[in-house]
Amino acid sequence: MTATTTAPVATTPANGTRPPSARLRAWATRAPLLPALIFMIAVTQLPFVATLVISFFDWNSLYPDARSFAWFANYQEVLTDADLRRSVWTTVLLTVAVVLTSLVLGLALALLLDRKFKGRGVVRTLLIAPFLVVPVAAALLWKHVLYNPEYGLLNGLLSYVGGPQPDWISNTPLLAVEAALVWQWTPFMMLILLAGLQSRDHEQIEAARVDGASDWQIFRHLTLPHLRRYLELGALLGSIYIVQNFDAVFTITSGGLGTANLPYTVYQTFYQAHENGLASAAGVLVVIGSIIIATFALRVVSSLFREEVSRA
Amino acid sequence: MSAVAVGPRNRRKGMGLGLVAWLLGIVFFLPIAWMALTSFHSEQDAATNPPSFAASLTLDGYREFFGAGGGASPWPALINSTVASVASTLFVLVLALPAAYALSIRPVKKWTDVLFFFLSTKMLPVVAGLLPLYLFAKNAGMLDNIWLLVILYTSMNLPIAVWMMHSFLAEIPVAIIEAARVDGAKLPTVLTRVVAPIALPGIAATALICFIFSWNELLFARVLTGVVAETAPVFLTGFITSQGLFLAKVSAASLVISLPVLAAGFAAQDKLVQGLSLGAVK
Repeated sequence: MTATTTAPVATTPANGTRPPSARLRAWATRAPLLPALIFMIAVTQLPFVATLVISFFDWNSLYPDARSFAWFANYQEVLTDADLRRSVWTTVLLTVAVVLTSLVLGLALALLLDRKFKGRGVVRTLLIAPFLVVPVAAALLWKHVLYNPEYGLLNGLLSYVGGPQPDWISNTPLLAVEAALVWQWTPFMMLILLAGLQSRDHEQIEAARVDGASDWQIFRHLTLPHLRRYLELGALLGSIYIVQNFDAVFTITSGGLGTANLPYTVYQTFYQAHENGLASAAGVLVVIGSIIIATFALRVVSSLFREEVSRA
Repeated sequence: MSAVAVGPRNRRKGMGLGLVAWLLGIVFFLPIAWMALTSFHSEQDAATNPPSFAASLTLDGYREFFGAGGGASPWPALINSTVASVASTLFVLVLALPAAYALSIRPVKKWTDVLFFFLSTKMLPVVAGLLPLYLFAKNAGMLDNIWLLVILYTSMNLPIAVWMMHSFLAEIPVAIIEAARVDGAKLPTVLTRVVAPIALPGIAATALICFIFSWNELLFARVLTGVVAETAPVFLTGFITSQGLFLAKVSAASLVISLPVLAAGFAAQDKLVQGLSLGAVK
């Protein structure tokens, strides 16, 4: 993934001529950085290169002797196999639905929390809590405690008003996974957007108010443009995390009922079906998807970052 | 800001919106509150429809979870998770502190490029390297070994830590450090007496966030550990298939295993955004 770094050009002050001891000193400055750098390359970059290589082999670990070079056959299979293609589509659907919904909800909550009211700190704490439940535990909570058709809380509350008693996970499996994820990720979006709201230029807003601008006009013409980059950042970081989601799919539906996303499929292809080559090809596809999102994400981060450096 | 409410109409609107915020906060918290209440109910009371809000309280769910009913004890998993999270967090700090120093206080050339390299590794999905790591661990005899997870969790959190600590260290005015050096202070003294006190709250927040991510991790742990090194989230996956009446037990398990994360998260609340956004948002 090193290929995607679109970092801003570093601006180190030119040192002029460098005597021989300068080289030594340059290494002395670099030395504290090297352990972390070498560690990261060894643990994250090398395995990915290995995945890339394996993805070109026809290799089932149950038949290790039948390993052979297969060019792009694995990719062809991933892209033509109905189940695998479906998991690509599921990944897209899951990611887009969860990110957009939690972003909209998070914006609404951030706007509400940006106002002063009694117990604002308590409400903030209540809202952050879902994000601080272990993901597997949160998925179990939704699966058993809320969704259970016989004694889950949702149907329990519905029975008070004489409503229907649906089997949530069987009827709408993908929606069930999405709802649980939205519940966990809305606080994340809220926190980022709240930070964005609090970094607004308050004098400018007061001035607009004095000039007779309505709340809506201030929101539309001052707040929203300012929030744009925070919205982008929330969407992109959320996408990076949710494209990779494994816990919720694994726990709530075990990848059944058409909810298997790519990470789950990769897991299943090599862990249960032992198709190493195929799993690697699917893994590489996840990486390509992530690179596309990450390129945009890095651009947003670097623009926020540059703003900060220039402000300092 | 908009709390400078003028006139009774605005104040009433402000109060209304405050109420809406409270209502939404309660709605979001309700599943957790219900889970907590259920964990203190007996299995019979936990499985009624409509729900029994006022059923008598008991610790049976917790006793069950901790193995009183003959089930597997969660203690090995809890200890494994603690080892994996604490050890990887310590490694992260040892590696990230000098790196962040070399990227902020005495920056190397092209330090932004290095910073963005760290960030880009965070965007590499786990599945990208999972299979080679599994094959490597199998051949090296490191499957089901908690130290393998320690190494992987270190790599998972190192980029976050470098970014966060870079942004904390960059806030220290260079003039203070220069002044200390002019006064004749040597580098170790500068680091312990000047840099550390200012950076300490940030370092603590970074450690808490790394701890949370390690504690939560499932995919690596699920694939690379078995009976010996299983972590708390892997232990929880044992509850995926229903086992008769077990709602109180599941609730107790989920709550106990989430407690460290809830505690760490609330302790790091102020710096949480900065960590989650990799230092991009303050």
